[in-house]
Amino acid sequence: MWNYTDKVKEHFFNPKNAGALDEANAVGEVGSITCGDALKLMMKVNPDSQVIEDAKFQTFGCGSAIASSSALTEMIIGKTVDEALAVTNRDIAEYLGGLPPEKMHCSVMGAEALRAAIANFKGEEWVDDHEEGELVCKCFGIDAAMIERAVTVNSLTTLEEVTHYTKAGGSCQTCHEKIEEVLEAVLAKTGALAPPKSHAPGTVGLDAIKPLAPKAEAAPAKLTNVQRMQKIMFAIEELRPQIQRDGGDVELVDIDGKDIYVRLTGACSGCSQSAGTMMGVQAKLVEALGEFVRVKPASLLPVGA
Amino acid sequence: MTAQGIYLDNNATTRVDPEVLAEMLPLFTEQFGNPSSMHGFGAAVGGKIEWARKQVQALLGAAHDSEIVFTSGGTESDNTAILSVLEAYPKKKSIVTSVVEHPAVLALCDYLEKKRGYTVHRIGVDNRGNLDLDAYKAALGPDVAIVSIMWANNETGTIFPIEELAQLAKAAGAVFHTDAVQAVGKIPMTLATSAVDMLSLSGHKLHAPKGIGALYVKRGLRFRPMLRGGHQERSRRAGTENAPGIVGLGAAAQLALMHMTDENTRVKALRDKLEQAILAAVPNCFVTGNPANRLPNTCNVAFEYIEGEAILLLLNEAGIAASSGSACTSGSLEPSHVMRAMGVPYTAAHGATRFSLSRETTEEEIDRVIAVVPGIIAKLRSLSPYWSQAGAPKEFAPVYS
Ligand SMILES: Cc1ncc(COP(=O)(O)O)c(C=O)c1O
Ligand code: FES
Repeated sequence: MWNYTDKVKEHFFNPKNAGALDEANAVGEVGSITCGDALKLMMKVNPDSQVIEDAKFQTFGCGSAIASSSALTEMIIGKTVDEALAVTNRDIAEYLGGLPPEKMHCSVMGAEALRAAIANFKGEEWVDDHEEGELVCKCFGIDAAMIERAVTVNSLTTLEEVTHYTKAGGSCQTCHEKIEEVLEAVLAKTGALAPPKSHAPGTVGLDAIKPLAPKAEAAPAKLTNVQRMQKIMFAIEELRPQIQRDGGDVELVDIDGKDIYVRLTGACSGCSQSAGTMMGVQAKLVEALGEFVRVKPASLLPVGA
Repeated sequence: MTAQGIYLDNNATTRVDPEVLAEMLPLFTEQFGNPSSMHGFGAAVGGKIEWARKQVQALLGAAHDSEIVFTSGGTESDNTAILSVLEAYPKKKSIVTSVVEHPAVLALCDYLEKKRGYTVHRIGVDNRGNLDLDAYKAALGPDVAIVSIMWANNETGTIFPIEELAQLAKAAGAVFHTDAVQAVGKIPMTLATSAVDMLSLSGHKLHAPKGIGALYVKRGLRFRPMLRGGHQERSRRAGTENAPGIVGLGAAAQLALMHMTDENTRVKALRDKLEQAILAAVPNCFVTGNPANRLPNTCNVAFEYIEGEAILLLLNEAGIAASSGSACTSGSLEPSHVMRAMGVPYTAAHGATRFSLSRETTEEEIDRVIAVVPGIIAKLRSLSPYWSQAGAPKEFAPVYS
C-alpha cells in the first residue's frame, strides 16, 4: 500500500474541479489508456487578461493521478497563462506534500497537460518528449530510459559514473544489479564493453589459490603437567556426549604418567562393548596428547595411590 | 466481518486460523528445543515436526511423508525445484513454463535465460487463460530438463490440466514441477498416483503463517539442495527448522482437508453471488479467466475505463480489501502480465479487480460488497475522460499513446 500524504488522500477522495468544462478555450490531453493514466485538462482563459478563470479535469488513473490533477487545477486558477507555465511537476508534488517516487510520473502528467493546454490556447502544437521506462532506482525515481540516455550521451562505462551523472544507485544501493543490467545492455549495443575486471591489489583469484603444502612435522612442544591434565580432561569431555547417547558415561579418575584411569558407568559398564569404548577413549587421548598413553579402568587403580 | 473490515484478498494472504496459532504457541516458549539435539527438549519438537509432515502428506495425497521438504514458502520451493532439476540434469538446457506464472518462477526463468544460457519456452494462453496445449506439446523435447506450470493462477483462479500436462512431460522425459500455491487446500490431490514430480505450496495461503511452505519431491527423483549446511530435512534443505511454522503448516493442512468441501460449496456459492450481482449492476465489466474452470474462491472482474488502484483506494475507504492487477499498484507501468497474456484490452486491464474469498467469508460481507461496488465504479467513471456523462464510453485520443 502506498504511503500517500493526507493532502493526496484529500484530493483523491474529494477531487476539486472534476468534470467537463463546456466553455473551455484551452484543452490539453496527455497520456493514454495503455500507459494506465490519461488526463484531459480544460481551462477557460480570459483572452484579454490571459488569466485562467476556471479549470477542470477528467482523469483516468490511480489515486495520485487523480490527486495531481485536482491539485493542478487548484494551483492554476487565477494565474495568468505565463505564470502558470512556471508550474513544474515538482511544484505539484510539493503542493500535495510529496508523492512516492514510483508516482512522480503522475505529477509529470499534470505538468504536461498544463503545457499542452496552454499550447492549445496559443494555437501552437505541443510535442511530447515524454518517455518512461521501468523504474530502476526507487530512491531517486530514475527509470531505465533515463539511465540509457545518460550512458549513451556521456559514454559512461561504470556503475559509479552512472551514479554520478544520474544519482541512480546513490542511496540504498539495492538497485545496483538493475543499473548494471541497463549499463551492460547499452554497452553491448555500442560494443564498448568494459575490459574484464582484474583482481583488486592484494587479493588473488580462485585459479591462483594453490593447495596448501603439507605441514612439516614439528616436534611436539613439551606440555606442563597442568596443560597435559587439561588436555586429557578436555578430550574426555568431548567424548562424553557420544557415549551418553548410548546410555553410558565416562569419568576421569586419575592420571599416573602414561597410565590414565577412567570409570565407565551406565549401559557401558560391563557391557560387551566396554572394551571397545576403552579403546576409543585411548585413541582419542593419544591423538590429543601426541604421545602414547594407556587407558585403564579405575578398578585397576593401585590401592592406596 | 472483522474489526478491520471485509477481507477479500485471500489469494494474497490469509489470516492465521486461531486453531493453527494455538498449535504453534507452545513451540515458542515450552517446546523450544532444537530438533537435532540429543535431549528431551529436541525430541519433543522433532516429534511435532514429523506429525506436521504427515498432515501435509495427507493433504497432498502423497505416498510417503518423507516426500515433503519444509521450506520458507512458495518462492523458495519454486526456486529449489527448478534449480535442483537443472543441476541434476546438467546436459539438458531447456525449460518449459507458462506466460502466466508467478514471478517466483518467471523471474528465475528470465534470469536463467539471460545469465545462464538456458532456453525458456513460455507457453501462451487464450483469452480465457487456458494453456495452449499444442504449443506445449511442441515445446517438449529431449533437451527439456524441467516443466514448471502452475496448478491454478493467482490472479484469475484459472486451473490448468495438471495431470495431463504432467503425463505429457513424463513421456518426453522431463521432470514436471507445479506451483500449486493457490491450489493446495482448494483442489483435492492424490500425488501418490499422479505423474507430478514436484509441487510447491505456501503456508500463508491456507491460514498458516507467512514464511513457511513445502516442496513435494517424489521418491526416487534426483534432487540437489539449494541450501547446503546441516543435515535437516534429510539434507535437502539445511538450516534449523522453523518449528513453529512447520507445526502451524501441519495444523493448517489438517484444517484445509476438513474444510475442502466447504470451500467448494458454500464459499463457491458466495463467490458466484458476488460476481453475478456485480455483473448485473455495473455496465461495461466482465469476468477475466475461465469462469467454468477456476478456483472456487476467486473472482476477477475487469471494469472498463477506470484504473485499479483508484478502485482499491475507494473500496478500502468502504472497509473492503481487494486486489488489482493494475500497473499502479505494483509500481510498474504495465498492467499485470496475466491480463496482457490473455489479451485483455488495455481499456479494461488496468481496471481488473480481484476478489478472493476464504472459508471465513460470510454472506453479510458479500451483501455489503455488492451494495458498495456499483457506486464506486460510477464515481470513478464520472472522473474518467474515457467515459461520457451519458454513461457510456466515449472517444478520447490524447497526444501520446
Ligand atoms: C502462485 C504463487 N506462487 C508463489 C507465490 C509465492 O509464495 P510465498 O509468498 O510463500 O513465497 C505466490 C504468492 O505470493 C503465488 O500466488
Ligand atoms: S533504489 Fe537506487 S539507491 Fe536506492
